Amino acid sequence: MPISREQVEKVSLLGRLLFSDNELDKMTCQLSDILEYMDLLAEVDTEGVEPMAHALDISDVFRDDEVRPSLDREAALAGAPHRDDECYLVPAVLGEL
Amino acid sequence: MNKPYTTIIGLEVHVQLATRSKLFCSCSTRFGSPPNTQTCPVCIGMPGTLPVMNRKAFELSLKTAVALNCEIPRFTKWDRKQYYYPDLPKGYQISQFDLPLSQNGYLPISDSKNQFEPKRIGIIRAHLEEDAGKSMHDEAAGVADSRIDLNRCGTPLLEIVSEPDMRSPAEAKAYLTELKLLLNYLEVSDCNMQEGSLRVDANINLHIDTPEGKIATPIVEVKNMNSFRAVERALEYEAKRQYEVWQETGRKLGDVPKSTHGWDEQAQVTREQRSKEESSDYRYFPDPDLVPVATTDEQIERARASLGELPAALRTRLEQTYNITPYDSDVLVNQGRDMVEYYIEVADACGDGKPASNWIQQDVLRTLGERQIGIAQYGVSAKALGELIGLVKAGKLTTSRGREVLAEMLASGKSAEEAMKGMGIEHLDESALEDLCRELLNANPRIVAEVKEGKQKAIGALIGQAKKKNPNVNPARVREICLELIEKEN
Ligand SMILES: [Zn+2]
Repeated sequence: MPISREQVEKVSLLGRLLFSDNELDKMTCQLSDILEYMDLLAEVDTEGVEPMAHALDISDVFRDDEVRPSLDREAALAGAPHRDDECYLVPAVLGEL
Repeated sequence: MNKPYTTIIGLEVHVQLATRSKLFCSCSTRFGSPPNTQTCPVCIGMPGTLPVMNRKAFELSLKTAVALNCEIPRFTKWDRKQYYYPDLPKGYQISQFDLPLSQNGYLPISDSKNQFEPKRIGIIRAHLEEDAGKSMHDEAAGVADSRIDLNRCGTPLLEIVSEPDMRSPAEAKAYLTELKLLLNYLEVSDCNMQEGSLRVDANINLHIDTPEGKIATPIVEVKNMNSFRAVERALEYEAKRQYEVWQETGRKLGDVPKSTHGWDEQAQVTREQRSKEESSDYRYFPDPDLVPVATTDEQIERARASLGELPAALRTRLEQTYNITPYDSDVLVNQGRDMVEYYIEVADACGDGKPASNWIQQDVLRTLGERQIGIAQYGVSAKALGELIGLVKAGKLTTSRGREVLAEMLASGKSAEEAMKGMGIEHLDESALEDLCRELLNANPRIVAEVKEGKQKAIGALIGQAKKKNPNVNPARVREICLELIEKEN
């Protein structure tokens, strides 16, 4: 298996996904299949080929520093599950222990 | 002063770049707008949107990196730093990981009061990234929810990471002061800490000499410091705390994971904060939505040419050209480029750098402080102040009389000559002054006799009388002339 159950557990925690034991087993198998398939790429001879940072061979795409109108606040907040007149509401975020 | 340990400090500074629009969209970066009125599908992370880089943000970053003596790689790219936090709607921050736009620079620091030796603080890297939003929690009200304002989301930040080269809280403060001054001179950021345009996180630990050799304490990251003074205090407190903890527990670097402490300004202590779960695992990968930037030699040269004369070079020039002390040049340069230009004009107009510096530090700065204004709003032009200092230097006005004239110039906007005329102060030319002295000597034969016996001090009484007759006389000149006249008589 290219990926262990422990690794899947860790990744699911980082992704804030809660899996049952059964689902974890299933994910481990499926992710392993995917990774094994991707290993096919390792068979390609890349000797002398420069690594790319991007799929497109272009660089330096910029826009000018100009302000354009933003979304209306009502529109921005429209899809929020919880909100008040001005803000999105989320469960308490507290910094200290 | 001799501590049983060495303090090791590295600083991470985030500065908000002075652009009008955000890093990847055209929303305004204005501070203080009503919550959630400066957002769009790009900066709140709607699916299907594409970020496009703000050219100005890149140019300001490049300019800063060059001024910080950094190497500028010819190729740079942006990566996704993934973590879940309510103020980060995309679930990742666009930042730079393995190919930052600059690295390996340095910033020289020194202390005009010689608290530490001049040194260079290494810059590991300076990279361009986007800011997150703001979460607000009203604990006092006991509300269950936090409120999220995403106006700040996507604002361009330059993250400047220093080497752990600072050996005391005072050095850390000096580094921050010099960095902020540099950023002001470059006009890349307003550096307003209250508005969050400049944020400082510190990494600190101790090296302790023990009979078993040198040991290091666990590194602590200190956050929530809202002024340079707070940084200095927090680091002083944290160093002491780490030494005490080490004495109690003997815990060394590597025994416990790196922890984060927040500075509590009210209680003047650092407190441990909850660490984000697995927060060190950001799973960076190249952002497929953004193409890389290939910086050219020409761009770098253009950035270098746009720097202007920077604080360190200006201090040296003022000391050498105008013969002022490092302390004086430091005070002037720290006031900003406008003040340096004002000073140079005053010094050139009166032909002497020292009194120009004294008048600015003692009189001009006091007025600016009282009125909470900058030199651009000061009512006396550099030329006019130079002219006034020239008159004082030539002995036509005493310093205290000169101050009164300056006050009048400030109130009325008049030139030095006009202000003097308005105040009824006429120049005493040399012959008038001589007449006055002769008159005094004739009226005071006893004093003349005393001087002839060798008691030169007796002249003092005449100076008082001269001032009564004409408040504008220069006491030193009266003394000289009287002595000369008595000498001639002999
Ligand atoms: Zn936007």
